[in-house]
This record gives sequence, C-alpha cells and structure tokens, in this order.
Amino acid sequence: MAENIWEHPVAMAIPKEGYFKLEQGRYGPIYPRTPACYGFSIFAKVIPGREPVFYQYAKRIEDAIAATPDYLAVLKLHYLRWVFIPVKGETYFMYQGIFDTDFDKYTEDAVSLFNNIGLNTVFENLEGFPEDWKTNAPAFIKFVRDHQCPSFLEYGEYPFVSADEIKKALRIKAKFSDILDQMQ
Amino acid sequence: MLELSDIQHFLVTRTPALAARYEFLSFRSSAAGRTWLGGMVDKVGTAQSVGANSPDARWITIAFTWNGLRALGLDEASLSSFPDEFKQGMVERAQVLGLTGSNHPDNWIGELALPALHAIAILFARDDAERERCTKEHARYLSELRDVDLLSSLDLAAIPPFGYAHEHFGYRDRLSHPVIEGVDDDHPTPGPETPLKPGEFFLGYVDESKVVPVMPQPEILSRNGSYLAYLRIEEHVGAFRDFLREQGNTTDEQEMVAAKLMGRWRSGAPLVLCPQKDDPELGADRQRTNDFNYGKMDPYGYACPVGSHMRRMNPRDTAENMNRRKMIRRGGTYGPALPPGVPEDGVERGIAAFIGCASLIRQFEFAMNVWANDPNFEELGNERDPFVGTQDGSFDFTIPKRPIRRKIKGLPAFTTIKGGAYFFLPGIRALRFLAAGCPLAQHSS
Repeated sequence: MAENIWEHPVAMAIPKEGYFKLEQGRYGPIYPRTPACYGFSIFAKVIPGREPVFYQYAKRIEDAIAATPDYLAVLKLHYLRWVFIPVKGETYFMYQGIFDTDFDKYTEDAVSLFNNIGLNTVFENLEGFPEDWKTNAPAFIKFVRDHQCPSFLEYGEYPFVSADEIKKALRIKAKFSDILDQMQ
Repeated sequence: MLELSDIQHFLVTRTPALAARYEFLSFRSSAAGRTWLGGMVDKVGTAQSVGANSPDARWITIAFTWNGLRALGLDEASLSSFPDEFKQGMVERAQVLGLTGSNHPDNWIGELALPALHAIAILFARDDAERERCTKEHARYLSELRDVDLLSSLDLAAIPPFGYAHEHFGYRDRLSHPVIEGVDDDHPTPGPETPLKPGEFFLGYVDESKVVPVMPQPEILSRNGSYLAYLRIEEHVGAFRDFLREQGNTTDEQEMVAAKLMGRWRSGAPLVLCPQKDDPELGADRQRTNDFNYGKMDPYGYACPVGSHMRRMNPRDTAENMNRRKMIRRGGTYGPALPPGVPEDGVERGIAAFIGCASLIRQFEFAMNVWANDPNFEELGNERDPFVGTQDGSFDFTIPKRPIRRKIKGLPAFTTIKGGAYFFLPGIRALRFLAAGCPLAQHSS
C-alpha cells in the first residue's frame, strides 16, 4: 500500500525569489505550495499613531467570527497571524496567513468579502495602501505583492494537508466515537 | 441605462444566423486600417437595431487586438491605459491560462499567435448563400485596399440535427447565460441567476463593485466597449466516442459517463434535476433547465460531479464572488459533423468561441486559471476540466457515488486549443473615432 504523504514531516528550502521556477500567475509570479500549504507574509509600515485602530479591529474580527463562524470560510484558511514589529522606533505590521488557495485568488476573494459585508480592512492604516482598494482589486493585489516577504524555509508536521481534509478527518473521528458509544 | 445604439450587437443579442465566418486581418499601414474600418463601420449592427427577429440577412462585428489599436494609429498614452493582460495578449498569457503542451501557442494555426494579428471581422449570415455573397464582397473590398491582409479565416455552420444549438460531442448548448440589468429585464428564466450590473460586461457602467471602474482612455474609445477572449477549440469526436465505449458496456452506461463529464445529459437536462435518467423534455425547457443549485441540492456531487465541466465553469452557489466571474459566451461550431458510428476521420471540427467580459483578468483568466486548470479545484487533487482544461492523460476524473466513488484515471484530451486572441470590441462611436484617426480634439470628451 502506498505511503500517505502526510505521515512524514517535510521541510522545504525555498530560493530567495520565493519560488523554484518562474511561473506566471494572473497578477505575478506563482508562489509554490509548500509542506505548510499556500501562504503569505505581508510586511508593511503602520501610519504613525494608527496602532490603536489595529487593536479595535482585532476585537471586531473576534466578534464577527464569534457571531458568524464561517465569516472567512471563502479564504480557505488554516491560520492567520497579525503581528506588530518595532523597527528603529517605528511600528511595522506583519500579516501572515496559511491557506489552501492560490495567492491571487485569496486576495481577490478577500477584497470581495470585505466589500460584501461592508467591512474596512486594517490595511487602510498602512503606508502606501491604495485608497480605492474597494473598487480596484488589482491595486490591492499589487500592494500585497509588493509587500510580500516570501519564506526561504517552510515546514509541515502533516505536510500538504488542506484544512478541509483535517476537518473531514476530525469529523470521521467524532462519528466513529459516536458509533463506539452506541455499541456500549 | 445602456446605450444600446452605441453598443455592438454581438454580446447583447443573438441573430437568426445559420452560418458565420471569422476573418483575421492585419494592417500594413494605419491609413489602410482606418480606410478599411471607415468602409465597414456603417455595416456594424448595434444592440438596438439587431435582435432575434432581425429582418437582415447578415450581421457584422469588428474587434481589435492591442497591436491592432496601435496599428490604427492610437497614441501611446491611450495604448498604455489598457489593462496589462490585454496589452500582453493571449499568447503572452498562455501560462496563466494553462495553455501548455498541445494547447500552447507554438502549435496554433491560422497565424493567430502572430503580433501581426490586428483585427477580426465577424460575419453572421442567415444562410450559406448569404455568407458566400458577403465573403466575396469583403474579398473584393480588401483587394481594392491592398494594404489590409487576410491572415486566415474560419467558416462556421450549425451541424445536424438542426433545430437546437449543440456542439460536435452532441451536448445541447446555450443553456445558461448571465442576466444583465437593462437587457434581460423582460425575459427572466427561473434559476439562481440574479441580474448583473452592465459594468460586468460593458465599459463605462457601474459593475458589481457598485462603481464605474477605471476605463482606458480616451473615454470615447472605451465607453460601451467590451473585451473578447477568442478560442478555437478542436473537438476530438472519435476519441470521445471511443472513450465512452471503454467506460460503459451499454449505451445507457456510456451516456451516464458523458453526462457526468458535462454535468448535463446531452439533451441539456441537468444531472441535479434528473440524476438517474435523461429527460429531454426538461433539457429543452428553458423555464426549468436552469432552476437548480449545488449547495443545497447536490453538495457532494452525487448527481453532478464537482469536477464536471458545467460545475467547474459555473459553481453557482458553491463559490464566492460569483457575480464578478460571469461571462457572455458567443460563437458556434466549425467543421463537418462526424456521423454516428463513423470512426475519426482526421478532419478538424470544433467550437470557435468568444467570451465577453469587462475584465479579462478577473473573469476569463480566472475561469481558465482556477476553474478549468487548477488540478486541486475544490480539493479534487489531480483533475482539470474534462473539456476546456489542458489534458495530457495524466489527470483523473472523479464520479462521486455511494458507497465508493468511481475514479477514471488518465482522462484523455477530448479537445485541443488551436488558436486564440484577446480583442477589444469597441462601441460604434469608438469605431468612428478609430476610423477618423483618433482626432485629438475628441480626446477631452
């Protein structure tokens, strides 16, 4: 029987360009799927004094997800991390995501998602972010691509497994537990 | 309100045409191109004047590549204001579109991959005789101009059995199309489609983002225009029939596999509404044939496989952002029909299709890149669209089934892309502006 690819952890060293071979996506180079799936690490300078807006935004996202758990489902996410990084007295923001769709589709879907629910993005508090992002998805995508810092190493304990597959496995485990309960 | 008198009829109305011809043109000088256009513009039908009951015998459409706009003398500032994907053209965007292997532009015919491709003249004719007459008339016109070259042409015609639109594999065609506010208000058909803002298809109008997007300049050139993606898709009918015979012992089993690949029976009846047995009456009934969804009615694809052509190219309620992905399809069949029971004869036959939209990158390229050619679309793992995805025998096709799904390994290529191009379909005022040499005085309008 063939071995399952997810059974052995994998580390992948990535060239400094962020990809192994230049493959053109719709808005630029395609970043590869790694053992840690697709992802990005956006790094940008916060407009001075705007830090409190980020903390308010964090609370709004927490409330939104609590009220509507599938709020971000379209983005096919595993994890998101919002981080402040002090650099020489200034504040930089890192937005890191792990997900299962390609980079351009993620960004287009994110613009649409925020538009549809009438929510602004915290990116509006970053220097250089396009003011017309709601109606100009290509400008949004260009900003994201311009500020993307590709990984040079990624690791997956259960490599290449999508969030949907993980949820399916947990559902099956729960169902089996239920079956065993019924056998008692 | 749509300016129907300024919009070419092509994407708005269908004509009662049984024959068509596409002529691909190159201008050796801007003067020749402008003269040619000046002589043609009055023959171009508008969305106001042309309809399904049009009394005319022929209907003409004209569109240009980005190189064609340059060849006509459009200034550099205006040229640069077009979106990058249109400026680059389909050949440059082949990788984005998944046009690799036998579908790669290196293998295209009709000189469609050349930068010298400048324009397309599309003729729809009521019958073969009218097409022949128009072809001769246009050939005579080109011979008078001399500096406009015919790079290639393609004749199209409906194939038997007549009476309904279908392609060479036998699937009923033209079953679903986007509903546009201000165009289709009087003829809604039951189904999940909601009317879309005209800006999704025509430049200068509010789109689904609720604003009028930035347009190429000058406005007189871009307003009421659209982008067209052209694809000449050869259909390997013999290979398709051989494949079906290998997949089923009986005609019913073979028809079931054919339906699973498409998402509809060849009659047009959707699998979601009749999963076990064809219902030709349903397939022909426009009031019923689109009235279904996937999310609630078939979430796991037991009726219509998630990887079927129809479900990939229009996932309906199972995809987000759908109102920004809709496209208008036009075109028809070319080449002779391969009669039932006759083995592959090596004659090229297929569909020559146009996809109309307001943003090639957001609509057409997304569909080709994600829906048609992403092997992991909806977690399928190793599949591409069975008809418009690039197939090389290394991809699978999954048919969900209780208790165990059926997986067809090594799906063969049923189609080959033989050519393609991006065109801009200008409005009537824009055609006159181009024919007049893009007079600067009008740039401020």
